[in-house]
Formats: sequence, C-alpha cells, structure tokens
Amino acid sequence: MSSVPERPPARGSVLYDPKIRAVAYQILLIAVLGFLIYSAATNAIENLRAAKIASGFDFLGVTAGFDINQKLIYFDGAVSSYGRAFWVGLLNTLLVGSIGIVLATILGFLVGVARLSPNWIISKIAKWYVEVIRNLPLLLQLVFWYNAVLKPLPEPRNSVQITGLRFGTPDFMGIVSLIAAFGVSYALYVGAERIGRNDTERQIGKIIAALVAAVGAWFLLPNIGILRGTETGLFFLNNRGLYTPEPIFSGTAYILAIVLILGILASVLFRRWAAKQQAATGRQYPVGLITLGFIVALPVVTWLILSVVGTNPVTFAYATQGRFNLTGGLQIFPEFVALTFGLVIYTAAFIAEIVRAGIMAVSRGQTEAAGALGLRPGPTLRLVVIPQAMRVIVPPLTSQYLNLVKNSTLAVAIGYPDLVQIFAGTVLNQTGQAVEVLAVTMAVYLTISLVTSAIMNIYNRRVAIVER
Amino acid sequence: MKKTIASIAVGVVAAVAATGAYAQGQSTLATVKARGQLACGANTGLAGFGVPDAQGTWTGLDVEACRAIAAAIFDDPNKVRFVPLSAKDRFTALQSGEADVLIRNTTWTMSRDTSLGLNFVGVNYYDGQGFMVRKKLGVSSALELNGASVCTQQGTTTELNLADFFRANKLKYEVVAFASADETVKAYDAGRCDAFTTDASGLYAERLKLANPDEHIVLPEIISKEPLGASVRHGDDQWFDIVKWTHFAMLNAEELGVTKANVNDMLKSENPEIKRLLGVEGNFGESIGLTKDWVVRIVKHVGNYGESFERNVGEGSRLKIKRGQNALWSKGGLQYAPPIR
Repeated sequence: MSSVPERPPARGSVLYDPKIRAVAYQILLIAVLGFLIYSAATNAIENLRAAKIASGFDFLGVTAGFDINQKLIYFDGAVSSYGRAFWVGLLNTLLVGSIGIVLATILGFLVGVARLSPNWIISKIAKWYVEVIRNLPLLLQLVFWYNAVLKPLPEPRNSVQITGLRFGTPDFMGIVSLIAAFGVSYALYVGAERIGRNDTERQIGKIIAALVAAVGAWFLLPNIGILRGTETGLFFLNNRGLYTPEPIFSGTAYILAIVLILGILASVLFRRWAAKQQAATGRQYPVGLITLGFIVALPVVTWLILSVVGTNPVTFAYATQGRFNLTGGLQIFPEFVALTFGLVIYTAAFIAEIVRAGIMAVSRGQTEAAGALGLRPGPTLRLVVIPQAMRVIVPPLTSQYLNLVKNSTLAVAIGYPDLVQIFAGTVLNQTGQAVEVLAVTMAVYLTISLVTSAIMNIYNRRVAIVER
Repeated sequence: MKKTIASIAVGVVAAVAATGAYAQGQSTLATVKARGQLACGANTGLAGFGVPDAQGTWTGLDVEACRAIAAAIFDDPNKVRFVPLSAKDRFTALQSGEADVLIRNTTWTMSRDTSLGLNFVGVNYYDGQGFMVRKKLGVSSALELNGASVCTQQGTTTELNLADFFRANKLKYEVVAFASADETVKAYDAGRCDAFTTDASGLYAERLKLANPDEHIVLPEIISKEPLGASVRHGDDQWFDIVKWTHFAMLNAEELGVTKANVNDMLKSENPEIKRLLGVEGNFGESIGLTKDWVVRIVKHVGNYGESFERNVGEGSRLKIKRGQNALWSKGGLQYAPPIR
C-alpha cells in the first residue's frame, strides 16, 4: 500500500491564511469597540467634570429627604438613603411584575380557551375582549383604570365596610368546650348511623348532629376568645385604597411557619406516594381531604395549642377611622390596584391569542383520539391538548412577561412609586446624576428581563417535545 | 451578536457626544444668535408664570423674562422657542443643551447651584410653600393635618419641604407623588388627597383649574423659602452675565420709572442713572456682548419688572397676587438690583 502523500506546506504569506485572518478581524473589531467604549466613558466623565456636574455613586449613601407611600421595606426619608429608596422602588416594581405575571397568565389562559369554546356567547365575549383591549394604548387604559378605580369610591369618612368580630386569643376552657361540642355532634352522627332503623331516622339523626355542631360553634366561637368584642369594621374600601387587618407576628410565629412548611412538604410527598400506589395497585386515596388536613388543619391545631399554652403567634391590627384617613391595618393603594389591573387586563389579551394559537396548533386528531379513549372534554384539554400546546405557547409567552415588566414603568403616569418613578424620577432630579441613575435603572430592567427569560427558557426545555 | 455590540457602542457614543456637545462648542450667545432663536425651558403650564394660551402664545412672568432676553439679543421678543419641561426633566434639559436658559419657577437651593452643573442668576419671584385643602374638612392650620394624605409633584423642593415640615412637627402623613403638576391637581380634585402642596403662587394658579375653586382654601402657613429664579449652565460667564443683567435691568427700569410707554421719552432724560441704563451714556450693553440700547429693547418690548408682574400675576391678572416680598426694596420688598455703572 502506498503511504498517504504528505500535504505540501501552505503557500503564500500568513496574511492570506483564512483562519488567521478571521481571528485577526475579530481582535481588531474588539479593539475598536473597546476603544470606542473607553473613549465614550472618559469623554462623558471629562465633560461632566468640566460642567461641574457631580459624578460617581457616592450619592447612594446620602440621606434621601423625601418620603414614599408604598414601601415593602422600612423607609423613612429623614434617615434612609437614596440607595434604600432604590430598593424600595425595585421591590415595588417586582411586586407589580410578579403579581401581574401570575394574574395575566391565569386570565390569558381562561380567555384563550374561552375563545375556542363551542358556546357562542362565551367565545364572542372573549373575542371582543381581545379585540378591544389589545387595540387600545396601554397608557390610556392605565389612566382609565386609575380614574375608574378612584373616582367612584367614597371618601374615607364614608368608607364601604365589611364588619365582623375580631380575632383574639382562644382560652383553654373555650377550646375544651368547642371540642366537646363537636364530639357530641360526631357521636350523634355515628349513633344515628348505627341505631337508626330506617333511612328517615338516620337522616333526622344526622341533621340533629349538624345542628348541634352549628349551634355549638355559633354560641361558643364568640365566647371562647377566638372571636371577640362587638361587630366592628374589618375591611374598609375608600378612595385612599383598601384597608385590611394587618397580621402581627409574635415570637412563636416561627413554629407556625415551620408546621405550615412541614404540612406542605408532607402533602406533596403523600400525593406522590398516592399517585404511585394508584399506578401500581389501582387503589385510590382521599388525596384532597388529606392534603387539606396537612395544610389547613395541622396549622390551625398548632395555632390553638400555641395560643393556649404560650403566646398567640398571629394577632391582627385593624384600621380605625382617623380625622382624615384610616390609620393602622394594611393599606392597598389605589395606584397599585390600577396599575396591576391595567397591566393584567392588557397583557392577558395578548396571552389569550398566544394560547389560542398554541391550542390550534395541536392537531384535531389528538382531541378525537382522546375522545375515542373515553376522556371527557375537560380532562382532554387538561391532559392532552394543553401539554402539547405549551411547546408553542411558551416562547411568545416569555415575550409577554418581559413586556409586562417593562410596561410597568408607565406607573409614572398614575403616581405608583415604582423604580422609574422613585429612582429615575425623584432621585435623578434631586441629585442631578442622570448618567449614573439611568445606567443603573437600565441595568436593573435588563437583569429582570434576562432572569425572567432564563427561567422561561429552562421551563421551555422541560415542556419541549423529546425527540426520539 | 457582533451587530448588537456594534450598535450598542454606536448608541453609547452618540449619547455621550450629545452630552458633551455643549461643553466644547462655541459660546451660548453665539449659538443662540446662529440659531436665530432663544431656547427657553418653561413650565408645561402654570397660570401666571408660564402657560401657552388658546392661540399657542406663551404668557407669564417667567415667559416674559425669556422674552426680555430675546429682546435684548434680537430686538424681537418673539424669537424664543419655549421648551415645556416637567419638574423632573428640567435640569437634564438644561444640562444637555436642550434649553439655553431655565426660567421655570425653579427654587434656588445650594445643592442645585453647586452639584447640578448650573448657576442661578437671581430671584425673579420670592415664594414659599403652602397647602390647599377642602373647606369642608374644617382645617384652619397646616398643623392640623396629622394623618392626612398629601398630593405633591415629584422631584421638587416641595416634596422635601413637605417631609421636613411633618417630621419637624411630629405629624404623620401619606405622600402621593405625581410626575406632572396636572396629574397632581387632578388627583387632589378627585379626592385622592386631603391636601395639595406646592409654592403659594402655584396654589393660587392651580386652584383656578379645580372643578369648584370656591370649595378650597389655602392655609395660612408658609413652610419654606422658595426663591424662584432663572438658571444657566456652568462654564459660560458671558451668558450668565446676560441673563443676570437682563433681570437686573428690568428691576432698575422699574426703580427709575422707565416703562414700556415712556421709554422713548426717557432717552432724553437728564438723570445720569437713566442715561446709563438706556445706553445714552457709557457702553454697558457691549461689555456683555450685546448692543448699547439693550435695555431700551427690553423695556420697549416687554416692560419693566413691575409691569410684567402686574400683567401676569398681580392685580391685572386672574391670580391677583399682592406684590408683598416681590415689591422693590425701596417699597418694603426684597427685589433689589445692583446699579448699572
């Protein structure tokens, strides 16, 4: 066999070597870019200095001096810095963004599915919703909602109220008597089942048992400390917002939190185990009831025990009428409601169309095959159509999420203190450091968007079809 | 990817070039002359100070201060382009060269004068911050506002004074801040707030916009010093002098009794002060890059400070504000101009 002939050495200079040339061009481009950015930055700094405009980030530590109404973390203009104002604004933006995304997704899916409904009225309503909402400028909608939310509401003096008894700390004897009442009721129920000679008697026995439980609860609950006092306003609605009782956590609250987390964990594990059992043996367990027990009953019992033995982990502060406003309680601002509402309504119209497109992309044969297997329309949609539609839905859905967060900057029009209003508005104006403030603000929105889209990409990979 | 980076770089360079443009360019006076127009940062609409009327003609005390500068330079008070600016955007507009001068009821404070890259030239209106409330609340003093919601415009000294006032008096309040004055007033009118706060002059002006102006009162407390004045960019002393002395010329004209009506007769006056003011004697206009008759131009087209005040915010206007602190020093006020000599 002849040996492979040696390749002749490349002719000509290295200048013509395509590989080297490619690398050289890349390096050149990077160098030019680097120089441009460097000279741009130094030019900006020099000009700012020449114009005697303060520069740098020292201002972040300076006391802000102005106040903010909606704040998720402590903020007091007298002592808090511009840096802290930044965090307040950022958290307000994230609050609207996250709540908005969740609600817009739910509403968007409902409307998207409704548009495909065989019910003529439902599908037409969904169609008109989409056509009207997505064709009106968002800014106008926000201003509309703000005035629609604000104007019809009464003044604080004439607040709409939901009254009731206030929560208090249960006492030991009260709980014993409550348990006794329910015990008697349960005994009656079981007794009726055993002793009853015919259906009518058994039914009567059960009704008596239920009455005993209801009457017991009715008389005992207000008198054992769980509910206290006379009827007073719990929720208030007026043109300053919605006031709800504010939970105040005491030292033992962490035990309640741990129990709640354990309950959720236990119910998740139980659900998995039950699903496995059902797949293996076909036996079904009362999953819903047991989940309810873990997540609701367990914490409630813990709360009762903690209240009787130690201190009540959660008490509530209620709003009361002051001279101008209600004081105390948790205030949900009309600006927040209007912004969230406007963003959700607007974005949901787009999501609905994406969902409709996704569902229509699933071939009709899938639905027919599910029908042939005996699945009802509900489970067909849930188990067959939506999972396949998700592959089409997720990428454009990501864009809508990004839009929602970016659109939240229109908050500035209705006085909601988001990042742009607080930081790129008030802080920029007070410090005059436009370059730094805007660079930081843009970096924040870029980060939020990139993180959102990274999470959605991971999710997309999970729902994407697995090629075999 | 490469394209993206390149376009980002181009964007950054363009942005920075825009920031830097004014710092290296020619003098502001030369720029204004070449443009044939003065770019004046004005309020988006504050009755009496700066507001376009139904025909789109700008009127107001601040607006006439701009017209006076244009008159001094071009002998034509209409060679002004008004750039309507919100409180939040005004300084950036001046810094970036979008406006040559900012005369927009802007409070002169130390931080603004020193760290924003601009210089205040003087005070064309001595103001102070006050509160307006609905009469039916039965409030007679700002000290009774404990627990109230207060509407204000963001990015103003008002926002800061408000915080100081409530803190100093150990009162609680809820601030609701809006980007523009219009939104603030609308929200107050809709009942979002118990009180509306801004400079006292602004309270009287904005009250006219409310649905039922008679249902609202301005509380007696003035909680701050708000010297409102014109400002220019750092680094052009000639331009600084022009804006400053235009203001002083209007004050001196009032003090010496030179008015729009009698300015031509005054040219024949024997009073040496009037002679110097109107350029009959000396060469003061040319020393700041203008002409000898610069004050004649100002007074002929716009009038003196007192005339402008009466016409826009005083007895001759809907606002009916008294001269008070804004009277000349010789009449018990604070307005005082250095002499032209």
